[in-house]
Amino acid sequence: MKYIDEFRDGGLARVLASRIAREADSARSYHLMEFCGGHTHAISRYGIADLLPDNIRLIHGPGCPVCVLPIGRIDNAIELAMGCGVILAVYGDCMRVPASGGLSLIKAKARGAQVRMVVSSAEALTIARENPQCEVVFFAIGFETTTPPTAVAILAAKREGLANFSVFCNHVLTPSAIANILESPEVRAHGTVPLDGFIGPAHVSTVIGSRPYEHFAEEYEKPVVIAGFEPLDVMQAIRMLVRQLNEGRAEVENEFSRAVTREGNRKAQVLVAEVFELRKSFEWRGLGEVPYSALRIKSQYAGFDAEHRFGIETRPVADNKACECGAILRGVKRPRDCKAFGTVCTPDTPIGSCMVSSEGACAAHYTYGRWRDAVAG
Amino acid sequence: MTIRKDYIRPVDFRNGRVDMTHGSGGRAMAQLIEELFVAAFDNEWLAAQNDHARFALPPGRVVMATDSHVVSPLFFPGGDIGCLSVHGTINDVAMAGAKPLYLSAGFILEEGFPLSDLRRIVESMACAAREAGVAIVTGDTKVVERGKGDGVFINTTGVGVVPEGVDISGDRAQPGDRILVSGMLGDHGVAIMAGREKLEFASGIVSDTAALHRLVARMVAQVPDIHVLRDPTRGGLATTLNEIARQSGVGMLIEEKKLPVRSQVTAVCEFLGLDPLYVANEGKLVCICAQEHAQRLLEAMRADPLGRDAAIIGAVHEDAQHFVQMRTGFGGRRIVDWLTGEQLPRIC
Repeated sequence: MKYIDEFRDGGLARVLASRIAREADSARSYHLMEFCGGHTHAISRYGIADLLPDNIRLIHGPGCPVCVLPIGRIDNAIELAMGCGVILAVYGDCMRVPASGGLSLIKAKARGAQVRMVVSSAEALTIARENPQCEVVFFAIGFETTTPPTAVAILAAKREGLANFSVFCNHVLTPSAIANILESPEVRAHGTVPLDGFIGPAHVSTVIGSRPYEHFAEEYEKPVVIAGFEPLDVMQAIRMLVRQLNEGRAEVENEFSRAVTREGNRKAQVLVAEVFELRKSFEWRGLGEVPYSALRIKSQYAGFDAEHRFGIETRPVADNKACECGAILRGVKRPRDCKAFGTVCTPDTPIGSCMVSSEGACAAHYTYGRWRDAVAG
Repeated sequence: MTIRKDYIRPVDFRNGRVDMTHGSGGRAMAQLIEELFVAAFDNEWLAAQNDHARFALPPGRVVMATDSHVVSPLFFPGGDIGCLSVHGTINDVAMAGAKPLYLSAGFILEEGFPLSDLRRIVESMACAAREAGVAIVTGDTKVVERGKGDGVFINTTGVGVVPEGVDISGDRAQPGDRILVSGMLGDHGVAIMAGREKLEFASGIVSDTAALHRLVARMVAQVPDIHVLRDPTRGGLATTLNEIARQSGVGMLIEEKKLPVRSQVTAVCEFLGLDPLYVANEGKLVCICAQEHAQRLLEAMRADPLGRDAAIIGAVHEDAQHFVQMRTGFGGRRIVDWLTGEQLPRIC
């Protein structure tokens, strides 16, 4: 695959690895958080940790949109789909997320709920056009990457007068989650949880640009390097972070310059601003309530807002007590530190948020890396 | 049963549809069987019009396998449910190193299914069986009400014979053995997905559906002591290797760089967020054999049109955890795990 294989070249990876090893100061350690699930997946899938020196530790952040979706919202979605005459259109990776009462969307489907898997918001619109007798609700989740397509769907529905289409909006914002982690007591109380720098989001940054991260670099003095999702992108970003830390810099740098600009995608930003506004607070699974961290549909589009249309109220549902996802998401613990990991909590029977999607820290470690635990223990 | 053809209007294969009478045991069913199934499969056992087939088997141990086919769409690039149902069961029998001889075919038809499509499917089965030298000797037809089926479901059962001295089984992989695959991985699953999702950019990828028994015969002739053969259908290569690792109580290490995968298949999987290792094949096999036999087997496979792209992809080792691992092209190492549920597209 042209333009992709080049970023997966094993020979180049070894060259980069040796340079990172040479540049990393053996007298110190480097704690780097990759925010995005896409990075977590790439790191595990390509075995990047194997190529790094021991004093560089990667911390898997909360950037998996499926993982951070609170149980209460999945419960809402299931209730909607169980309703008479409602078709719920969902992204594939939401299907297995466990909800209350042992249910998930895939199990609800087996019990008669009308759940259709889609790969885009446009497909949800098509279902609405083809089923005028049904209410079609698009279960919109994701960070800034999937938000513009949802806005486009709502605007198209309005233009077409598609009265049976609505959106159950669960879009969340990356910068507020990063701020939440940086504000957490473990990170602020210096020395408890070292967090030296961030590998910044790839696809999210194509939309929002690199500017929103400048605040973190300045305010919290943490370097951010925006990186693509290919393994060489990640390694190059690690090298750039190591350099910044060695030189005492805390800047926003852009490794993913082939797709990300400082300003981002203005057209997409305008679309999002037209349809959505900030929520005062939103629950993140694993992080709890995070202020100004999510979007809702503006009142002038209330007709397409499923929350408004169906009077949806979300009840908070506590995570299992044994689950350490919150601590894992903030880098306080690693997957294997959790008693539930690999015993009662597996990708087939996920209990915590980090195990529900292949991009979650626990699922990635279980699926690709748990042989290391077997060797170690 | 004698049918006076002069008084019966022939089945309308052009515009007709399956209705409940085609499964009711009455004249309509008899007519459908005679004009479609008996005519297409055309052999002495079906012509005898019994509810069973009686045949003698050559010496050796009998191998039997069954497979139900529920594919959607029914027609896909490179094949259809008809030839798939023949190849699938022939391959299951062949993976014992056996020569497949006879098949049965059970049809569950949905009321309203176009007879023209049914005829296309049956003719495709007949063609596949003829090419494979296997006879479809007995069958059954049932009709379910509209909405209770998905057009047509087909179950086939196959019988074959394996000669003495050939002992191929999933529990025989041993540390030191080599792992081979017979060709390009993931073609079938991607062709089906492309058909289902109407992915125009995936045009040109066709299903690999094929009967593998002749390739197997060639391999067994070269190396009778093959340890394991299995066709990596649902769940792809990754699932098959995990099954064998568990059955044999061993670990495996494969090399990503040695896996034969078409670049178009990689591209479609990349686009949909899927992993070709978990995508279904219908005309490929995995072979595990002693290290000293691997090269000879590879050459035998490559001499067959269905094994042209065969490759040695890894080795078996001791591992109490029975992990299947892969050295990535990137230089790292990771588990190739069991699939969690169905493989679903990722959004990020």
